[in-house]
Amino acid sequence: MSSGKFSPSRRTILMATAAAVPIASIPLVRQAHADGLENVQLSQYQPVFFSAPEWQFILAACDRLIPAEGRGPGALETNVPVFIDQQLHNGLGDDVYMDGPHPENPAPTLGFQGTLTPQQNYRAGIKLSQQHARQKYGKPFEQLADADKDALLTALQKNEISFAELGEPALKASSFFNQLLGDAKNGYLADPMYGGNKDMKAWVAIGFPGARAAYTEWVDTHNVKYPLGPVSVSGKRA
Amino acid sequence: MANISNDEVDVVIVGLGWAGSIMAIELAKEGLKVRALERGPDRPPEDFAYPKPADQYAYAIRNKVFATPRDAALTVRYNDSETALPTRKWGAFAPGTGVGGSGLHWTGVLIRPTTTDIKLKTYADHAYKRGTLDPDMRIKDFPFSWEEIEPYFDKFDKICGLSGNTGNLNGVIQPGGDPFEGPRSSPYPLPALHDTYNSSLFAATAKKMGYHPFPNPSANVSQAWTNPYGAQLAPCNYCGYCSKYPCLNYSKASPQTTILDVVKRMPNFSMRTNANVIRVDLHADKKTAKGVTYVDEHKNEVFQPAKIVILSSFQFANVRLMMLSGIGQIYNPLTETGTIGRNYAFLSNGDATLFFKDKHFNPFATAGATGEMFNDISPGNFEDGIKLGFIGGAKIHSSQATGAPIGTALPKGTPGWGKGWKEGMVDWYGRSMKIGITTTCMSYRGHHLDLDPNYKDPWGQPLLRMTFDWRQNELKLQRYLRDIVLGIAKELGPDHISENFLALDSHWDITKYVSTHNVGGAVMGDSPRDSALNRYLQSWDVHNVFVPGGNAFPQNFQANPTATIGAITLFAAEAIKKQYLKNPGPLVQV
Repeated sequence: MSSGKFSPSRRTILMATAAAVPIASIPLVRQAHADGLENVQLSQYQPVFFSAPEWQFILAACDRLIPAEGRGPGALETNVPVFIDQQLHNGLGDDVYMDGPHPENPAPTLGFQGTLTPQQNYRAGIKLSQQHARQKYGKPFEQLADADKDALLTALQKNEISFAELGEPALKASSFFNQLLGDAKNGYLADPMYGGNKDMKAWVAIGFPGARAAYTEWVDTHNVKYPLGPVSVSGKRA
Repeated sequence: MANISNDEVDVVIVGLGWAGSIMAIELAKEGLKVRALERGPDRPPEDFAYPKPADQYAYAIRNKVFATPRDAALTVRYNDSETALPTRKWGAFAPGTGVGGSGLHWTGVLIRPTTTDIKLKTYADHAYKRGTLDPDMRIKDFPFSWEEIEPYFDKFDKICGLSGNTGNLNGVIQPGGDPFEGPRSSPYPLPALHDTYNSSLFAATAKKMGYHPFPNPSANVSQAWTNPYGAQLAPCNYCGYCSKYPCLNYSKASPQTTILDVVKRMPNFSMRTNANVIRVDLHADKKTAKGVTYVDEHKNEVFQPAKIVILSSFQFANVRLMMLSGIGQIYNPLTETGTIGRNYAFLSNGDATLFFKDKHFNPFATAGATGEMFNDISPGNFEDGIKLGFIGGAKIHSSQATGAPIGTALPKGTPGWGKGWKEGMVDWYGRSMKIGITTTCMSYRGHHLDLDPNYKDPWGQPLLRMTFDWRQNELKLQRYLRDIVLGIAKELGPDHISENFLALDSHWDITKYVSTHNVGGAVMGDSPRDSALNRYLQSWDVHNVFVPGGNAFPQNFQANPTATIGAITLFAAEAIKKQYLKNPGPLVQV
């Protein structure tokens, strides 16, 4: 919960490290998987879905969606990008009905009618967001000042950036943003077995006891904060 | 693809959820050779031993034990002039699949309709002046009396170990229960679950305001229970993973915990999983079925001969299979001819979220069915609907089905991301409660199901097409209920209230989850002119086909559907055992 625990300067170092070390030279990936995703170090993690340049965007975007500043841990401290990378690699979206025809302008209340899988959504969304960043600021998203990063993310959310004009009519900027934000929040709050919520720090911050799943004696204890910290499905405590 | 024929059975059951499991045990106990075909996988209890289900992301976000839209989508449109679009992702509802069906991961609120609910048409004709209600409304009575069906509700209550407070025992109102419930022949088998903090706050305030709250009738058992089949349930430990999760404590009544462990040990029962039934095969005269055809996991087409066919899949799948098989005639809303697909109804919900800076709700310490509700605003129990020109009502409740953190509600004005969102989670997680409504939904001439001309499933068969939208009757009801809910909410004095109710110009939004209480489409009734099934859930057209499920409801009442599905299935099973086996043929003559 302490805001000083993960200072901006350390965060910058961590991101710089991730950027500077050639991905192929990292020997720990296989071992990290053998131990499960709960023990991964973000700085040493080799993405399995994202390319190295895409990974820089994801790290930087997650760091603004759930930043380190303020109370509660940030997305990088909790390995949220690892969660997203793993989910995209492991079939996120394979339950969706994708057959055509796809209508031109469906009523939003009739739900998702897009043609892109989450994987295609990320690939296109990152590319076009970077294109926009280079056009507007002359540098890639991850090198922008925090205020400019937030402005760009807000523009994506509000569809103020036209992906159609950048050459991708099948994707709205807001669809990409919402997919990324939803996945980031899922990674922040899911059980650590999926790679995010490292050391259950998000659960500790909000007071959720995780997989304890037995509260017979607490149901009648009204309006008293539950005293125990979380456990994970794997049996770890925090 | 091979063409295979199985050995003949007395009874083939298509879909092994609640209705299929009840039919399986009742007919297997009669000595019949019974085979269940389930399109999904087996889901044995060891798959959900602690702590496996304690995983919100897998079960509640990625829908681990639900059907996928890829396999089970349907198409939706608001009216007959539109082109329907597929439900590419689940939103407003999410059907189950696999052994246990939705009964494996339901919340476990096991409440009966009222005596008025099952005779709603009679009530409407009596209480409303002709011409007050929407002329397209097509509500109907259920084709049995309370006295006839009550013993089957009672039996299903005992199968599930229903926990709660008795409200009406043989006509005598009991303290602490629902004074509006129909007379029970025996009290609730088990005492109520304990109230969580939200429930007790809500109940005390509602009572003070003159309503009659009572604990949610629960199929999460409050104490150890051995049911009439000999299956044993353990006391609920309020684990907080219930609605959308298989029970990790053997406490939630499900086909697995109450029936399947028993019937699976019977030598005359067998089942095939990953067996997707694609049609019921009829004899040339279309008066009887000779069996069903399914596609197995190796893509073989397999014919399963049977003397009796039970269609006990989810409501959509039952209706669709009847249409794909040529059982009866598909309903046409223009001419109002045909019976398969008519009287489709959904339901609406709505809620207020109350945020308190200084209260701890510990929302994870809960059972799925914990909560308090009242039935004062249901048909026949209040007058305002008659004055305001709508029919219907709701159960008004404060439930707390789960407290897992993904999707936590935050006060209006909290940012959706960034530092503000993160700190909002720290400040507000566990500090809110909800007051909600679960409403009735009438059936209408233009709300119906048929086969979609444009979209197909992975087996090459047309998707079911749903035509549905909100009508003024349901929207007026929402506005009326909103005032009541906000009145109670304000009385509780929260720091913030956010609300979620339909406006008078709302269209049905399929992206927001309501509940999977879809009903109708192959409804039970007194006449083959306007119903697909007779009172014993027997097809009017093909007499050895029985179709138990929510499809049989002619409209939706405010009560959750499972108790009624259990009761009508037991009622039908009894008729098959006592009447049909001796003399196979139509059980109701018209």
